[in-house]
Amino acid sequence: MKSLLEIRIHGRGGQGNVVAAYLLASVAIEEGYYGQAFPSFGAERRGAPVVAFVRMSDVPVKRRCQVLHPSYLIVQDQALLQVPGVLQGLNENGRILVNSNRSSEDLQQQTGMQVLAMPAAQIAERFLGRPLPNTALVAAFLTLTGVCSLEALHKALAERFAGKILEKNLALIQEIPNQVPANQWEESIHAANT
Amino acid sequence: MQQTLEGSQAIAKTVALCRPHVVAAYPITPQTHIVENISKLVAEGQLDCELVSVESEFSAASVVLGASASGARAYTASSSQGILLMSEVLYNIAGLRLPLVLTCANRAVSAPLSIWNDHQDSMAVRDAGWIQLFCADNQEAVDTTIQAFYITEKTELPVMVCVDGFNLTHTLESIDVPEQELVDQYLPALQFSRALNASRPISMGTLVSPDYFTEARHSHHIALENSKHIIVEADERWQELTGRTCGGLLTVQGPEDARVGIISLGSTLGTLADAMEEYPESGPAKLISLRAFRPFPHLALAQACQGLSDVVVLERALSAGGGGIVANELRAALYGMSDSPRIHSYAAGLGGRDIPMDIYPRIMNAIKKEVPERFAIFDVELDKLDPADR
Repeated sequence: MKSLLEIRIHGRGGQGNVVAAYLLASVAIEEGYYGQAFPSFGAERRGAPVVAFVRMSDVPVKRRCQVLHPSYLIVQDQALLQVPGVLQGLNENGRILVNSNRSSEDLQQQTGMQVLAMPAAQIAERFLGRPLPNTALVAAFLTLTGVCSLEALHKALAERFAGKILEKNLALIQEIPNQVPANQWEESIHAANT
Repeated sequence: MQQTLEGSQAIAKTVALCRPHVVAAYPITPQTHIVENISKLVAEGQLDCELVSVESEFSAASVVLGASASGARAYTASSSQGILLMSEVLYNIAGLRLPLVLTCANRAVSAPLSIWNDHQDSMAVRDAGWIQLFCADNQEAVDTTIQAFYITEKTELPVMVCVDGFNLTHTLESIDVPEQELVDQYLPALQFSRALNASRPISMGTLVSPDYFTEARHSHHIALENSKHIIVEADERWQELTGRTCGGLLTVQGPEDARVGIISLGSTLGTLADAMEEYPESGPAKLISLRAFRPFPHLALAQACQGLSDVVVLERALSAGGGGIVANELRAALYGMSDSPRIHSYAAGLGGRDIPMDIYPRIMNAIKKEVPERFAIFDVELDKLDPADR
């Protein structure tokens, strides 16, 4: 791992934005790294834009400030790409993972940035019966970057959920390597924050 | 055991390890998760205590007052408006010299309404006669909570554990929550000598004529002054058991030969520590983190400021019309000291405004001024205001 990896997650109230951030930090800790995740709440209501921050590092994370210059953005709703501030501060080599039915090329053209689109809500609908994109996006991020394993995500999910919900989420994350290319973003990890 | 938890979950588990007899619960953001998680532990049978769901913060404070007076180990938590609504009872708890612990998940105070972090709430009750301890991170929140029960029972003064709302309460990270045996070893069973007892009746909180009120205040003030030793002792005992220290009254880090000091409270410290490494061209500073705000550690602070040319106080609250609360107390503490440093007073991080990494170089630059800032709010965007309000 790069000494400090910063990720910002944008979503809408009700999409499990905070859970996504907590899962990513838990995965890092599970794999022996230091992890930190926290939300920046707005008005707490369904549908309102919300932001959460994740840090992963191989040294203790002391800073408690918001992530202003992330290496990665995870965006749970493609419409948020047009909301002011969402793309702000992304590092020069930064990548964006978006829940969208549109093509990656299409969204790259729209934003002028390196975007990978995955229909996370649609996949979630199939496995969970609800269009909740968070777990699928977390699994996709891990698959793309190879920064931590899906087994660690399996453990983090098992800490947080149980019964049918856990089973369905575990089935869902197994599907993700069929949806996004493994390790495609691996070199961006090394370029991150440089 | 090392666990991946939100700060508020860790605090709830820690409170349970301290075996409270009575917990009063009334939700308010960002404190809600603490009492919510305690009530879960009670519902699951993991914690045997009387959980009282009350109808307001005034009642929450009143319940723990009564519980403590009857000899029970009592705990509650609140934030912001909740702390203000409690304030009458907070003075009573302290004046009655009752041992109990309250977590203040620090949050701004209305108006304008803000649910986000600053320190105005606990600062608003700084004169109530409580011990107030600030936590720099979630590990300190856990360790300080356990120490707080030891301190409160040894001093018979209530302890407010101040934890930055959201910045700590809602941050998930790896936290060591100690084993039950360790906490039991550290924290003896509560023995409150003045507990209400029908077979040995006493009165509490009766009318005191001018003949005795002054003496009551004197003894309360002296008790707080004397509690400094207990706060240090509590931390040393904890260090013997766990190897971890919260610094007693305050912590100082950074290079020995630094000539600049930055004083902060709570979770600002970590950002400053990282920023000092990230911006070496800005020069080094001694980072002084005030753990005990009440009692105010005059001597320890004066010692920490010895040899410094400039001291910046960066605080998340202000006394409108007065200036920086901690800065003004620091000025008083250093008054008359030979070679006293220049003191620069700033408020920042109000109502959830982020304190970013680059505050470090900006502070280090700001103190080059010929005349130190008596008081200013960092990061004010004046163009958002009417010209008359600038």
